[in-house]
Amino acid sequence: MRRGAAIVLIAFLGVIFATIAASYSQRSSLPELAAAYVDLVPRELGAPNVITGILLTYRAFDTLGEVAVLFMVAAGVGLLLGAGGEERDEVQAGTRSLLKETPPTEIVQNGADILVPLIAIFAAYIVMHGHLGPGGGFQGGAVMASCVLLLLLAKPDYRIKLVHLSFIESLAGLLIVFVGIAGIVLAGGFLDNRVLPLGEFGAFFSAGAIPVLSVLLGVKVGCELSVIIERFRA
Amino acid sequence: MTIASIVLSAGLILVLIGIWGMLTQRNILRIIVGFMLMGTGSHLVIVAIGYVSNGTAPIIDGGLSLAEAPTRSVDPIPSALAVTAIVIGLAVTAIMLAYAIRLYQARQTLSIDAFTDSKW
Repeated sequence: MRRGAAIVLIAFLGVIFATIAASYSQRSSLPELAAAYVDLVPRELGAPNVITGILLTYRAFDTLGEVAVLFMVAAGVGLLLGAGGEERDEVQAGTRSLLKETPPTEIVQNGADILVPLIAIFAAYIVMHGHLGPGGGFQGGAVMASCVLLLLLAKPDYRIKLVHLSFIESLAGLLIVFVGIAGIVLAGGFLDNRVLPLGEFGAFFSAGAIPVLSVLLGVKVGCELSVIIERFRA
Repeated sequence: MTIASIVLSAGLILVLIGIWGMLTQRNILRIIVGFMLMGTGSHLVIVAIGYVSNGTAPIIDGGLSLAEAPTRSVDPIPSALAVTAIVIGLAVTAIMLAYAIRLYQARQTLSIDAFTDSKW
């Protein structure tokens, strides 16, 4: 688009945004729906983290839709970048010979040796403590994928078995839907977390099916992002 | 200047910068960066709207007891929406970058001027 038209458009949008920003006044108390959620989640679901309770029980259907979007993206990237057998081997041979000439530096290699187990433990901690503190399935899955990225950068010969990852990811997605259907059969509705006992408030094994859903989500998101990273590699 | 209006203005400025980048840049990767800026700005706007004066995170632990949670915590719904939005933003960026790679393989250039004449 030409400069003049772009400037006019940005100025027009700027005026609208300035009006919005100027007329916004900070809230002093929670709106009704939010106050209801903050009250309901610790009481009915037994989860101290209100946001995870909302994402994995009250709005769990939206989370399932988001999981479906991630799956579509992994499939789409596979379609766009997944070359056929021979072409891919050719490209990978070229990349490998390039990396033999300029291998990753010592800092990257030694740092990865120390950091990869720590990052993996941290990712598992974030996933499993999603109902007690900040964290949850998506956040832990993203940290796990960054661990895989570091591994790919430090060890150029590292091969990810895409078939295994796709299988694990699909299995995790299927198990999430099964937990949801168990919610219909055993408790209040789809993806209700009361299929498992609520336990003591604030304990590690508490809040019903929320930790189980967190772990499944973390595994699924981690696998999907790792598959996307691996596809971008060659 | 309250906290919410500072973050809201920062988010809206980021959206403007992102839209400007998308409209005026010629390199495909810069257009993608503009798109990401616009997305990040909108996430800031979502989170800023949920702030309550002197509020803290809606997590019941040592810092926020069960009794004072409805009065002292921040709105949890915009934060939950922001989590969803960030993940979907990442997914859209991955697809855009894959398209950029294929476009480069087709024409050996990253400038979108090479693709403007592929109309019928």
